[in-house]
Amino acid sequence: MLRFIVRRLLQAIPTLLILSLLVFVWLRSLPGGPSGALLGDKATPEKIEALNKVLGLDQPIYIQYFKFLGRILSGDFGSSLISGEPVVAEISRALPATIELSLAALLFAVVLGIPLGYLAASNRGRFLDNSTVIGTLVGVAVPVFFLGILLKQLFAQDLALFPPSGRQDVTIDPTHVTNFAVLDGLLTQEWDAAADALWHLVLPAIALGTIPLAVIVRITRASVLDVLNEDFVRTANAKGLQATLIRRRHVLRNAMLPVSTTIGLQTGLLLGGAVLTERVFVWGGLGSLLAQGIERRDYPRLQALLLLAAVVYVLVNLLVDISYAIIDPRVRAS
Amino acid sequence: MLQFRTARRRWLAAIGLTGVAALALSACAQSERTDDSGSGKVGGTMVFGAAGEPKNFDPIFNDDGESFRPIRQMFDTLVTYKRGTADLAPGLAEKWTPSEDGTSWTFDLRKNVKFHDGTPFNAEAVCFNFDRWFNMKGAAAQSQMIYYGDVFEGFAKNEGDAAGDPVYKSCEAKDEHTAVLNLNKYKGAFPAAFGLTALSISSPEALTKYDADNVAQSGDSFTYPAYATEHPTGTGAFKLEKFDKANKTITLVRNDDYWGEKAKLDKLIFKIIPDENARKQELKAGTIDGYDFPSPADYNSLKSDGFNVTPRPAFNILYLGINGANNPALKDLRVRQAIAHAVNRDQLVKTKLPLGAEVATQFMPKTVAGYADDVQQYPHDVAKAKELLTQAGVSDLTLNFYVPTEVSRPYMPNPSEIAAVIADDLKAAGINAQIVSRPWNGGYKDDVQKLGKHDLHLLGWTGDYNDAGNFVGTFFGREKKEFGFADQGMFDAIAAADAVVDQDKHADAYKQVNRDIMSKYLPAIPVSHSPPAIVVSSKITGLVPSPLTDERFDTVSKG
Repeated sequence: MLRFIVRRLLQAIPTLLILSLLVFVWLRSLPGGPSGALLGDKATPEKIEALNKVLGLDQPIYIQYFKFLGRILSGDFGSSLISGEPVVAEISRALPATIELSLAALLFAVVLGIPLGYLAASNRGRFLDNSTVIGTLVGVAVPVFFLGILLKQLFAQDLALFPPSGRQDVTIDPTHVTNFAVLDGLLTQEWDAAADALWHLVLPAIALGTIPLAVIVRITRASVLDVLNEDFVRTANAKGLQATLIRRRHVLRNAMLPVSTTIGLQTGLLLGGAVLTERVFVWGGLGSLLAQGIERRDYPRLQALLLLAAVVYVLVNLLVDISYAIIDPRVRAS
Repeated sequence: MLQFRTARRRWLAAIGLTGVAALALSACAQSERTDDSGSGKVGGTMVFGAAGEPKNFDPIFNDDGESFRPIRQMFDTLVTYKRGTADLAPGLAEKWTPSEDGTSWTFDLRKNVKFHDGTPFNAEAVCFNFDRWFNMKGAAAQSQMIYYGDVFEGFAKNEGDAAGDPVYKSCEAKDEHTAVLNLNKYKGAFPAAFGLTALSISSPEALTKYDADNVAQSGDSFTYPAYATEHPTGTGAFKLEKFDKANKTITLVRNDDYWGEKAKLDKLIFKIIPDENARKQELKAGTIDGYDFPSPADYNSLKSDGFNVTPRPAFNILYLGINGANNPALKDLRVRQAIAHAVNRDQLVKTKLPLGAEVATQFMPKTVAGYADDVQQYPHDVAKAKELLTQAGVSDLTLNFYVPTEVSRPYMPNPSEIAAVIADDLKAAGINAQIVSRPWNGGYKDDVQKLGKHDLHLLGWTGDYNDAGNFVGTFFGREKKEFGFADQGMFDAIAAADAVVDQDKHADAYKQVNRDIMSKYLPAIPVSHSPPAIVVSSKITGLVPSPLTDERFDTVSKG
């Protein structure tokens, strides 16, 4: 097993190297360049050229790449052209925001999705079931950003029930410990800050969680319906077991297998959706960093974020392969 | 917490539970005091929506509006601008006097001024700043001193690719309150350039203590020392409390030791909201009190919702550039004049530019000294345009018209729409303008400014300070790919005007330059001046919009 893991880890190295090369060459091939971004509106061709020399951007691209590789191997991803802050610091501050939002969205989707799916299946063909099915179709089809804008318009602007954007009110001066705003409020016992952070989470979490919610409802419903038709349920019913016991012990437990797989898959997709949701709600997570980075051509930030995405992707794949190998020894042999 | 409370309050009211709870909560609102003079409430917090993050807070390393907005509240310059205008006014210097040849400037400094760290502001501090800039070491640091480089042209030791003979010579502290700045040559930019935010005066002690000059290159970017990121120390009406990067807020507090009239607000918070629509929603939801550059399309809806949309006096120019290098026809003045007559600028300004925009008759706004009332005019006249083309022997003229996309500038809110109208106008006069769209940062500026691939193009400029050279000198002071125009007579005339020390004669010389540009050269066609607006809620009073976007929030009250 260890040999398998080591082999897979070694295989990941060339993959990451190729990805880093692609990211680097792709970004450098875009017209404009970081000097124009750094110098802003009043950049003249002469100033850009001069700055290119200072930054070493006039050197051949392979030299630039090897220098870049050398720097990232020593942990230096450079500083953001926008904020002048080291990119690693920016990312480590923004990551908890994205995780917090994704977790809240997932929680919303799971806590609401499983009971709804189960209820729909138990009431198959009735009004509750039909309306749930239609609702989930709409839920899957509505783009995240559109829903976000709609929620904001209605609940933040027109009804003023929730804040329109941001993670915390500006009049709050929270102590940052982990950069998870709700958790920090609880840890430092700043209850106002925690409640306010939670309040700010509601709309974006609903916007981001709606698609996973719809998917989970549908899968739960289908899976429960499948299990309800199984022989062992019929047998249990025939034996005269209590209905609640059958539901809890036999139906729900068996129906949860495909649901949990779906939840896993949706977790991966959430990060993609978070980019759009963060944009709409000015969330200050990785999505905001990425969006602003693209707009302002912040090369160091984009390089680091794309590489981070690549590393996460490779690692997730590695974990999946390892878990398969644990479950099925034949994978290891092949 | 205010938002949470407000939201909860409305929620409770909405479901009709009780009005008492709402009253109880509103009683928790901040207590506010009113000053005796009655010139606006004192106290409270204003939250202003900013479109982007500041790069850092050290004035000398910045050149963008988002950095300058908080910097302007924390720092003062030697010379400043009269509120709401681009005219010069005393700043940290009560008086400034040039020597006869303009190579030496004596500043009589304000007394009893202290930096935020308690150290005194005096002539030595002024010289410390000028010497610091001039002697700045490191290619990284020098490359970021954009405005200094423009105004002073070079350093004690030019590093990296900074080049040029420095204008700065020396600075002497004649006595505690008199500083004398010696220059190697006179420049027309003075004294207006002494008011540039980038040339704000910092506390020498804080600069030293927080390692201000240590700008380091990290890969293809820069990192800034603690002075620039955490400890900016000026003499301004507000001082930095905190830049909370996680919450994207910059919190400034009133400087109670301010030399002038003290700020009315207790706190001024800049909340960074990059999305314009989100800024609008936050204003409407009451979580911010104002924001900059609302989209002209929103003016009416914002006004009808009770917000104050105030257009600034326009201090910019949009022009239709002509590149005379590619197409031989464009070398003929009559063809360029035909283009000027063909474009219906009145109609364009009415339909495609924000409220308050004006047709431009020359390449600078009216408020700049050197503006000439009697330049040659080019009214919309299709017949005249056709006649001029015939005279020039040009027919079937086809031109590449480069237009930027993915951009909105204060002088040009919607380039594609403006270009479409111009192209239609040109067609009516028999000129076929083929629109070539390029993303602003993704090729447009390179194609136009560096490579000169275009025949026609749209571009503009917002002035930095009140000097004609900052407009016409920037555009036409030397040969540029953008215009493909090389008339030494024009370059010499601009250089000569820039060198005139006497302010009245300086303005007269530029008036003649403007007349000549519009009648003899016409290297481009001035189109319009557009006022960028600022919007605040009805609770905000005392904000004076500045043509230079140089708003100071010390006069602002929230009531």
